[in-house]
Amino acid sequence: MATRMKPVDVVLVGFGWTASIIAQELTEEGLQVLALERGADRATVPDFATTHIQDELKYAVRGGLFQAPVRETMSFRNTSDQVALPMRRLGSFRPGAGVGGAGVHWNGQTWRFLPDDFVMRSHVEERYGADFVPEDVTIQDWGVTYDELEPYYDRFEYLCGVSGKAGNLGGRTQAEGNPFEGARSREYPLPPLERSAGSLMFDKAARELGYHPFAAPAANASRPYKNPLGVQMGQCTYCGFCEWFGCGNYSKASPQTTILPVLLKKDNFSYRTGCDVTQVVLDNTGRKAKGVLYYDLEGREYEQPAQLVILCAYAQHNVHLLLLSGIGQPYDPVSDTGVTGRNYAYQITSSVDAFVDELINPYMGAGALGQAIDEFNGDNFDHGPEGFMGGGYIALWTTGGRPILQHRLPKGTPQWGSKWKKAMAENYLRSVSISTHGSVVSQRGAYLDLDPTYKDIYGKPLLRLTFDFHDNDLRMSDFLTGKAEGIAKAMKPRSINVKKRTGPYTIVPYQTTHNTGGAVMGDDPRTSVVNRYLQCWDVPNVFVVGACTFPQNHGYNPTGTVGALAFWAADAIRHQYLKRPGPLVQA
Amino acid sequence: MHMTRQNLAGLTLLAGAAVLAGGARAQGTEFTNVQRGRYLAQASDCISCHTIKGGKPFAGGYPLETPFGTIYSSNITPDLATGIGNWSKDDFYRALHSGIRKDGQHLYPACPYPWFTKMTREDVNAIKDYLDTLEPVRAIAPDNELMWPLGWRQLVAGWNLLFFDEGEFIDRPDKSRLWNRGAYLVNGAGHCAACHSPKNMLGATDRDHALQGGDAGESWFAPSLTSHERDGLGTWSTQDIVQYLSTGANANTASAGPMTEVVMNSTQHLSKQDLTAIATYLKDIPAHDTGQADDHDGDDKAVTQEVMARGKAVYVDQCMGCHMADGEGQEDAFPRLAGSVPVHAEQPQSLIQVVLGGEFMADPAELPTGLGMPGFAWKLDDRQVADVLTFVRNNWGNKASAVTPEQVAKVRDALHEYGPRHERLISQSVH
Amino acid sequence: MDTPPSFGHAFSALLPAGQDRRQASTAGPTLNEIALSRRRFITASLAGSVLFALQGCGANAAPATVTRTFFSADEQRFIEAATARLIPGDSADPGALEAGVPRFIDLQLSGPFGRADRWYRQGPWSQGTEQQGYQLEETPAELYRKAIAAIDAYCREQHEGKSYAELPEAQQDQILHDLEDGKLTVKDVPVKAFFTLLLQNTQEGFLADPMYGGNRDFAGWNLIGFPGPRYNYVKEVRQYGQPYSLPTVGLQGRRDTGART
Repeated sequence: MATRMKPVDVVLVGFGWTASIIAQELTEEGLQVLALERGADRATVPDFATTHIQDELKYAVRGGLFQAPVRETMSFRNTSDQVALPMRRLGSFRPGAGVGGAGVHWNGQTWRFLPDDFVMRSHVEERYGADFVPEDVTIQDWGVTYDELEPYYDRFEYLCGVSGKAGNLGGRTQAEGNPFEGARSREYPLPPLERSAGSLMFDKAARELGYHPFAAPAANASRPYKNPLGVQMGQCTYCGFCEWFGCGNYSKASPQTTILPVLLKKDNFSYRTGCDVTQVVLDNTGRKAKGVLYYDLEGREYEQPAQLVILCAYAQHNVHLLLLSGIGQPYDPVSDTGVTGRNYAYQITSSVDAFVDELINPYMGAGALGQAIDEFNGDNFDHGPEGFMGGGYIALWTTGGRPILQHRLPKGTPQWGSKWKKAMAENYLRSVSISTHGSVVSQRGAYLDLDPTYKDIYGKPLLRLTFDFHDNDLRMSDFLTGKAEGIAKAMKPRSINVKKRTGPYTIVPYQTTHNTGGAVMGDDPRTSVVNRYLQCWDVPNVFVVGACTFPQNHGYNPTGTVGALAFWAADAIRHQYLKRPGPLVQA
Repeated sequence: MHMTRQNLAGLTLLAGAAVLAGGARAQGTEFTNVQRGRYLAQASDCISCHTIKGGKPFAGGYPLETPFGTIYSSNITPDLATGIGNWSKDDFYRALHSGIRKDGQHLYPACPYPWFTKMTREDVNAIKDYLDTLEPVRAIAPDNELMWPLGWRQLVAGWNLLFFDEGEFIDRPDKSRLWNRGAYLVNGAGHCAACHSPKNMLGATDRDHALQGGDAGESWFAPSLTSHERDGLGTWSTQDIVQYLSTGANANTASAGPMTEVVMNSTQHLSKQDLTAIATYLKDIPAHDTGQADDHDGDDKAVTQEVMARGKAVYVDQCMGCHMADGEGQEDAFPRLAGSVPVHAEQPQSLIQVVLGGEFMADPAELPTGLGMPGFAWKLDDRQVADVLTFVRNNWGNKASAVTPEQVAKVRDALHEYGPRHERLISQSVH
Repeated sequence: MDTPPSFGHAFSALLPAGQDRRQASTAGPTLNEIALSRRRFITASLAGSVLFALQGCGANAAPATVTRTFFSADEQRFIEAATARLIPGDSADPGALEAGVPRFIDLQLSGPFGRADRWYRQGPWSQGTEQQGYQLEETPAELYRKAIAAIDAYCREQHEGKSYAELPEAQQDQILHDLEDGKLTVKDVPVKAFFTLLLQNTQEGFLADPMYGGNRDFAGWNLIGFPGPRYNYVKEVRQYGQPYSLPTVGLQGRRDTGART
């Protein structure tokens, strides 16, 4: 029998990036806002303190800051004719847990999608013909445009203190920036980070090949920075322990370093940790949410009533909740009907390692310290001759030189023995890696639903992931890898090791934590779960925020867009929904 | 004396605000007595000593550790049975002015009546008016744990005879109104010298060396506030002092330990006018002779090349992520060490506290972040802490006495016994 | 649901101790974690040392100073021999053995990693495809126990009663290759998966912070040129091509003070 808690105006599921942004915005309207976080409370000091955080084994290898599969995982299979098995250990992706979520342990690579990305379906069909899109590829227009989101990208970037150089200011191309980016209204809040030796090498080689390399945009502060909320960040000191670690000197943007000092002082905001939300409770019409159910660490159940329920958990977990709560018709790939779980996508990556003569100090790095080119992203090049759609950026990142997981060895090096040892000694300080970061189309065969066999700790079905790389994306990735190889060769290394991405998709090696889709946004309720304001079509007092709303994934890290959409949805709630609760878009 | 143009301008600008002008004497203003009383209670920082973490405001029970034992603060809510609800204005004035309770017993000078005695009758009345509006709380403080025979309060009479100079503040006609206001606040409600001065063996302030630095309790050291350039406010402008008291940080340093509590509960609430007055008064205190090496010829012999090398190694490995290679810290973020006034404090206990136990910056609304420093107690041994502090105190043009492992060990023991100070700050649970 | 789900032990142990958000740690990894692991170490090492005493010191036994928490004496011998082949070395050029990798693995297997505390361990169990990752029912600790016993049994059978540790190096290498390539199989014992795990743990032990028992005196880090965890390279990141000159450091300082249990 669930204990009924005192009602609040807004309940947020999860307390990471999107919840922090939404909470900060909605509390400004005087609403009582409560966030329920499954994991533990976490603060820079003591949890990410400089004294102990640079512990590769504890955090990167054993996953100290991540969601442990014992408590939450999904089952996985490549295709519908296989039996899905649980992801028993973390591998391909690493969701966060605890206050701050994955926003604590990300690298800080902060991009905007391209204007054409938001209208991918109509744009590709217009330029290349409707037949260009294979029948099983279900890419869609977003229902919101880049121009509409531009001010919100700006807000997120200024919140985070992103370090970068604009390439397109109000339509005018700027030297040293990304000439392909969508127009920005103003410059980045901070100048770019220092360049590493690898950045310089890549820059030189890329220019020789006629490309336009630029400093990758970084939510690692290049200077001490006070954001618009008055929260003070430190300056990044290139410690090389960014991704998978918390930042010890307040220089990586996270909820803790950008929002919480202000949010947590508000009387009308509260949060509870160790609270695992398992269901959104609907009334008997099924069209209105009454609140949520959650368990505490002792397994006691609670009901939290609220007027507005906003799902701010990690992407997949939002979809899991929708399925468990019966919100939106679950997607059925056989009949190709339903929306919840539909259009799951990911990221396709590859790399080319280069072994050089120059001394590189790889451990002097930052999560988003990189030099990139965008010639082959989105529709920045003619896809006609290539026969695939999508693309990605190519970059040389210097994120760190952590010995266990970030060393590189030349092709053909034995995995162990004295030759391995010798190769380690000879190459650790003399290698770099160029990576490609490609888009992934959504397709009929890639979706999320509930597993028929495996259960979570509450006895509820695990989320089931069915996904493999579409042939389109493998070909696109090969194309990018070829371009990366070209740049690597132009660096005149001793040798290179081309690491293509081949199918089938495997959950074993880490790739990215860029899971998208399953609760996509759009302007047609037949092919989307939420409308353009991230409001559920079926249950208007439920909003879903996060990368689960992406109709497909594009060739950039998702967090910039996740942050922008959170601000965008918060605005819609503040200025439209609160005045007139109900559907904001007529289907 | 520094009545600068800036201060004058500030004064005129604030003419409309409730300026308690005419020297220190309070006058009727647009504040009600309760509002004035609240303001003065903040200036006096009653709440910090009369509240325990997680307890009700002003309900007492806070353990004050003194060299003579532990004294628990009393309940000053208006509860009739256990608080001061049935105290008259005369009773309350007698307590703050003369150190005598309603029942005729002496207060221990743990309550700084030797300083509150300077407050005017009107100001003390206003504080009582404010306290009368608080939620009455039924709470009795634990019994004091004083060494024998100090449990016998009558002994305080003797102490008072020797050390207590009863009497309200008297304006100095040769000083400005701002100076007098500052002197009134510092030596009255603010009772700054109670921590920032050395004490004699009987726990009385050594008035000949007032504000030259002193024991702030539980192994914290309150540094000198004189105009000494290294170990004092000589290099600070009045604006630096105002900013420090308002926010807990300025370009030179950030508060720590008990002073963070003072900023959060007391000085951040004072008007810029009053803070300027305090700064004006402090800037007029002549520099003192620290007895440290640079006031005489020669260096502290304990600052050897070997110690500096070892200390530098610790600094490079442990401190540079925030305090940076040049000791300049990060602007508006992490305090500088080069040229830092607290780094030059005559006694290093506060520095050791911060290194061992970590610390958080004050987080008033004006400066909300509350950046933190982790504790190193588990990571560095006594010698390493001593070495790095000696290094910090003598590098980048800094010059101060060496720190010894024995000094570190003593603070480590205190930390063990009391826990880090920032964990017991009540400023977050009460506002 | 009749009883509350039995997850309390599993993940409440994963959460950091201390609810007070302003508690700057005076004890690094939380006091709870240290206390917990200390208790386990003390209990386990009592058991280990009893085991050691019972087996006595044979001719090929590990030196009397070896502390074992998880491994039996036989298992210790296997691990020392195998890791010494995976990362060979000698006193001048330390390899896994000199770097304390066996000790690292020993400690890891006796802790939450060995028990697979963070993994999803509900059934049913099924082998699955390569893409579906680790689907074995065995925890790492169980896998090590089973596989070492099986491989040693295989060796004794094939090589006149000699255990793995007693074989010449070339044969030891061959066995490792055969495990790696799936040529050496044992019924009902996933020895190939064991090899993968052993190799992974060996490299971890060689390259993790010395406080975990391996990378002794920074052997692994010195081999490759990683100077250890430091927090400021603002100046150095621009000093292109210049070697970093400061001594190696670990989370416990410039001296390796050994395993922190």
